[in-house]
Amino acid sequence: MPSSTTLDLLSIRQSAEVVAIDWTAISDNEGRRLRALGIDVGAPVEKLYKGMFGMNDPIALKVGRMMIAVRKSHARAISVSPVAETIPA
Amino acid sequence: MSEIAPLIVLAGNPNSGKSALFNALTGARQKIANYPGVTVERKSGHFSFADGRPAELVDLPGSYSLDPTSPDEEVTRGVIMGLQKGERRPDAIILVLDAANLDNHLRFALEVIALGSPVVVALNMMDLAERDGLTLDPAKLEQALGVPVVPTVAVRRRGLQDLSAAVESRLQHKPDNIEPVVAKDRDHGLGKQAKRIAKLAIVSETAGRRWSERADAVFLHPFVGPLILFGVLFVMFQAVFAWSEAPIGWIEGASEWVAAAVETNLPAGFIRDFIIEGAIGGVGSVVVFLPQILILFLFILLLEASGYMTRAAYIMDRMMASVGLSGRSFIPLLSSFACAIPGIMATRSISDPRDRLTTILVAPLMTCSARLPVYAIIIGAFIPPTQVGPGIGLQGLVLFGLYVFGIIGAMIVALVLRSTVTKGPNSGFLMEMPKYQLPLMKDILIGLWQRAWIFLRRAGTIIFAATVVLWLLLTFPKVPEDSAMSQVDYSAAGRIANVIAPIVKPVGFDRDIALALIPAMAAREVAVAALATTYAIDAPDEEAEAKSLTERLQSRWSLPTALAFLAWFVFAPQCISTIAVTRRETNGWRWPTFMVVYLFALAYVAAGITYWSAVALGL
Repeated sequence: MPSSTTLDLLSIRQSAEVVAIDWTAISDNEGRRLRALGIDVGAPVEKLYKGMFGMNDPIALKVGRMMIAVRKSHARAISVSPVAETIPA
Repeated sequence: MSEIAPLIVLAGNPNSGKSALFNALTGARQKIANYPGVTVERKSGHFSFADGRPAELVDLPGSYSLDPTSPDEEVTRGVIMGLQKGERRPDAIILVLDAANLDNHLRFALEVIALGSPVVVALNMMDLAERDGLTLDPAKLEQALGVPVVPTVAVRRRGLQDLSAAVESRLQHKPDNIEPVVAKDRDHGLGKQAKRIAKLAIVSETAGRRWSERADAVFLHPFVGPLILFGVLFVMFQAVFAWSEAPIGWIEGASEWVAAAVETNLPAGFIRDFIIEGAIGGVGSVVVFLPQILILFLFILLLEASGYMTRAAYIMDRMMASVGLSGRSFIPLLSSFACAIPGIMATRSISDPRDRLTTILVAPLMTCSARLPVYAIIIGAFIPPTQVGPGIGLQGLVLFGLYVFGIIGAMIVALVLRSTVTKGPNSGFLMEMPKYQLPLMKDILIGLWQRAWIFLRRAGTIIFAATVVLWLLLTFPKVPEDSAMSQVDYSAAGRIANVIAPIVKPVGFDRDIALALIPAMAAREVAVAALATTYAIDAPDEEAEAKSLTERLQSRWSLPTALAFLAWFVFAPQCISTIAVTRRETNGWRWPTFMVVYLFALAYVAAGITYWSAVALGL
């Protein structure tokens, strides 16, 4: 299993768990919003889509039963550890 | 019991189906106003309990947290805590939760319950949760939260009576022994607690039909997605112009009929002129845009209710980011193609204040439908209808170019503003993308009715006042009987035009154009009517008078002047209503003043460059 990486580098359809967030790279307001949307240490996430025309920005994530969009600049501050259970048949 | 009807507020996360529940509980009898001092809408309606006793119901702005990150969330927090100016403390709070998204929505619910407020939870969209493969136990949730929980399906009107009964008993038995079940450490702790409680309430969870995700595989496809968005926008603009033709004709016919009726029934004089030219002419010229605005809003409301709008914002975000904005600015700017007024109002959904201000300031650069009559007559008179390619006419190409000119202008201005007056860290783009849903006709119709009403009320007040002032400027002082001057020349407006004329002369505009620009401040398309009036009055004989405006323009204007006139209208802030709405949305005169100055400066420079380039090229 691949070791810890950041959310922007995670591949599509890959599930992961948030292991650390560099809150200093995110404004207070945005940090609150991220937590309100369920992104915090320990949250299970799945990367669903990435930006248009092959650009990796913004990223669409599944958090719980919700889909949210984050920019690459934020995704870079979120460290995740990929988990095995992935790719539903 | 007090005589005043109890105040019940609806609170909950965005996308919890809160507004659908509000519509189901109140029907179309709703009142929209602003909270004092802020540009947050206060939506209220009447509601009756089973025994007929009335209550006032208020739909609070959707919130993720009591720790506010936007003006909307600040108002929600203020009302719930009983601190909001212009609102009494609510007697009961209905917390609306999406049953399929409990672990997230419980966060906000837990915060509110912790305050000890009289809460009833509406576990909404139960049907969608079941479709998603979720089985919930409301009783377990009730136990865990310590407040009544009622399962509802707002769009099917299911659970409404139970909800009403629960609220009623909550009002009668003021709770005094609330046991807050919330941990003291906010924020990080809340998320964990929400997840724990959600787990308690979920009886079983199976992978349901995920058609929403399958739809996104197409709509958010890196190449197909933008193509679909482009197609949707194309259909929308086609509809705005094609479907509105007939109703616009009816409105014009009706205002002509009213004007004729007034003319035959009132004696000639000031009052009659005022009613026909000032009131009917002025307000009529704005009300003709109602069909286009309604069609545009029909599309926007449908796209919003279905959940597609957030996908459009997602697709456009990268492009908007390149000029310092975010995908959230896309919808307001799109609306501005019909009219900047609804566009500027739609900026309320942008949470970052700098993003919002930038979007408001560039919204007038989107080619609104009021510019079309001006563009159409000038292009028709000066651009030959030649073909430049298979199926591509030069006239259409010029019109398209003017739209592109406006968009490029807006992008450059946004970029400059974001690194000067609205400088600041680039805001992120954090957005929930809700599941796709079939829009409910009733909700769409209520939304349309509200937009139409807001627009008509504005046409009846601000726009009416502005047109009356302009009409008075053109009518007074009255030209003396023995004077050789025309009324227009002698009027206050004519004198103002004489002052403006030397200023606009370098960019190829003569005094007649300067004169036409004054009434066009009320609404751009008035420029066409003003030119027609001026040239009709100045016509030396009847034969000349019979000429069409197109022919007169051709004989009086050079091609460089015509092109400069077009360039001027791409930028010029010639719309008092836009300035008024900007003042309201930014709470002061500072930003509307800034907007007017920079747009006039740009218009002047653009017209100048166009005029002198065209002259130099020998056109």
